[in-house]
Amino acid sequence: MRDVMTICCYCGCGCGLYLHVENERVVGVAPSRHHPVSRNNLCVKGWHIHEFIHHPDRLTSPLVRKKGRLVPATWDEALDLTADGLRRCGEKHGPDAIGVLASAKCTNEENYLLQKFTRAVLGTNNIDHCARL
Amino acid sequence: MTFGSGAMTNSIDEIGQAQVILVSGSNTTEAHPQVARRIYDAVDRGAKLIVIDPRRTRLARHAHLHLRLRPGTDIPLLNAMMRCILDENLVDDLFIEMRTENYFALRDMLLQVDPGQAAAVAGVAESDIRLAARMYARAQRSVICYCLGVTQHICGTGNVRSYANLAMLTGHVEQEFTGVDPLRGQNNVQGACDMGALPVVLTGYQSVTDPVALGKFARAWGVELSNRPGLTVLDMTHGEQIRAMLVMGENPVLSDPRQDHVIATLKGLDFLAVADIFLSETAALADVVFPVATFAEKSGTVTSSERRVQLMHQAIKPVGAARPDGQVIMALSERLGYPMRYDSEAEVMEEICLLTPIYGGIYHDRLDPGWGLQWPCVDRSHGSTQYLHKYAFARGRGRFEPAKHVAPAEAADEHYPFVLMTGRVYHHYHTGSMTRRSLSLMRECGRSLVEMHPDDGRRLGIGPGDPVRLTSRHGSCSFNADLTPRVETGYLYANFHFPESPVNVLIGDASDPIARIPEFKICAVQVERETA
Repeated sequence: MRDVMTICCYCGCGCGLYLHVENERVVGVAPSRHHPVSRNNLCVKGWHIHEFIHHPDRLTSPLVRKKGRLVPATWDEALDLTADGLRRCGEKHGPDAIGVLASAKCTNEENYLLQKFTRAVLGTNNIDHCARL
Repeated sequence: MTFGSGAMTNSIDEIGQAQVILVSGSNTTEAHPQVARRIYDAVDRGAKLIVIDPRRTRLARHAHLHLRLRPGTDIPLLNAMMRCILDENLVDDLFIEMRTENYFALRDMLLQVDPGQAAAVAGVAESDIRLAARMYARAQRSVICYCLGVTQHICGTGNVRSYANLAMLTGHVEQEFTGVDPLRGQNNVQGACDMGALPVVLTGYQSVTDPVALGKFARAWGVELSNRPGLTVLDMTHGEQIRAMLVMGENPVLSDPRQDHVIATLKGLDFLAVADIFLSETAALADVVFPVATFAEKSGTVTSSERRVQLMHQAIKPVGAARPDGQVIMALSERLGYPMRYDSEAEVMEEICLLTPIYGGIYHDRLDPGWGLQWPCVDRSHGSTQYLHKYAFARGRGRFEPAKHVAPAEAADEHYPFVLMTGRVYHHYHTGSMTRRSLSLMRECGRSLVEMHPDDGRRLGIGPGDPVRLTSRHGSCSFNADLTPRVETGYLYANFHFPESPVNVLIGDASDPIARIPEFKICAVQVERETA
């Protein structure tokens, strides 16, 4: 078993915690003793953070809509369809007809890349996330 | 806005050393447990706690003074408090003179305020308001913590400005243990804002309308950039302007007001792609769904409410065919003719550092030993910033912005006699797509409850746990009743964690005109017992 130091994915407190990993599965969690916020303490959500990671509902393959239903597809198929969908919308209605929602659950690097993609590639400032909700 | 920077001015740990803590519109014990812990520590050490909240939350039960205001009346309450501070000469003249501007506008407005009348509007005793004003103003180290109870109103911007006015009037900003702390919800909502995932700013709050900033990014990225401000999430999900959307891990179907409008808009799109870890209510409407990695399956930094940028370490490989969101974006960018090549998250961060003054020194290699860095951190030689606005406000001088009471968009009447407030509970998180899949958390809290005062329950013949139907002017939705004196008679409180009870169908489209935050905290409803 190994322990990996990471940051809790729930609220904005930013607790430092260790994930216990066994056979490539996250099986438990413990707070960091010296972290300036968590100080050997987690809330109930933090203590059970490992429970959703391997939940059977996890999406395991890309899905695309065919004849009204979402069916499994390959990554290439899903990415090609998306690139096409965005490109066609931009050509037909202009870049400002495309909207992008970023995520307060994704990392800084991912949010940076997404806003760069929105502004530099799609050509619009229509990017927002759930900070208001 | 009035200080020039949207973040906690203090660190979470400082709250434990404050002498007076004023908590407003925050159910801290349930929503920010670590902050609540510091508040309880401070109270143990002898600090005074003032809670401004319509509900008798756990924190309110421990407060020395609980101002149980009517929802949406923060501005008259604070104006009355500030008038009292002015009358009793508890203002910090030196601070106002040296560090602020536009003071006379505030003073002139306050001189028009009748504290008795304002207290009546807020539904709080005038003597309690005076007591709160004295407690807050007289202490050396007073700190204000506020949350969505303050911002999710039609006058949210005015509310925030009023708290800033109060802090500046008494000089409670520039020091350790003293400041104004908006508690941020999601683990990286601060970071997503810092990174420019907003329609009007690039990274580090550099405006898209500022030609110098925009030019810098255009050169760095090698493309022309639009200087037209974009649409906010509400405009995207409630309108005709958007024809295609790309959604990363958001769930607007459950989190936005007027669920019917959101679903109609999303269904009407030419194209919708969603990246998420589960098939969320929003993903179920998509044309393409990408399976992405959870926090345990990727590396990168997140920024907490106290501006602390911390490194997450990948614990396991992505589950199934899932990929980190970053790889999805890079693959899409490549297909659209703009290849982004980064070998690691650290390389992305180097680009962020170069373009973002407040993140200028936040390189990955500096984050690992120790506990991250708090921005602003301008270069490699710069350390962590524990609290903001030490010698000057981010915008230079702090600006007083007087605010006047705005009546809520909705009021109770004979058809809709109850006022519903929405919020969160301890065991669940936001739209619950993660916490509802945790056995232990579902055991603790497995269904959606609406809090109602026992007197109201008795009057309507509703017992504990009974099924009830709430109907507003906009929609209707079922819950189970939780009879508790946490809410006053005539008020209800419900959460939006459960798709069986999508409380946001009840909420109207009213929002703050500047911040575009919907009025989630006030919604007139009628209640009836459901015959099961």
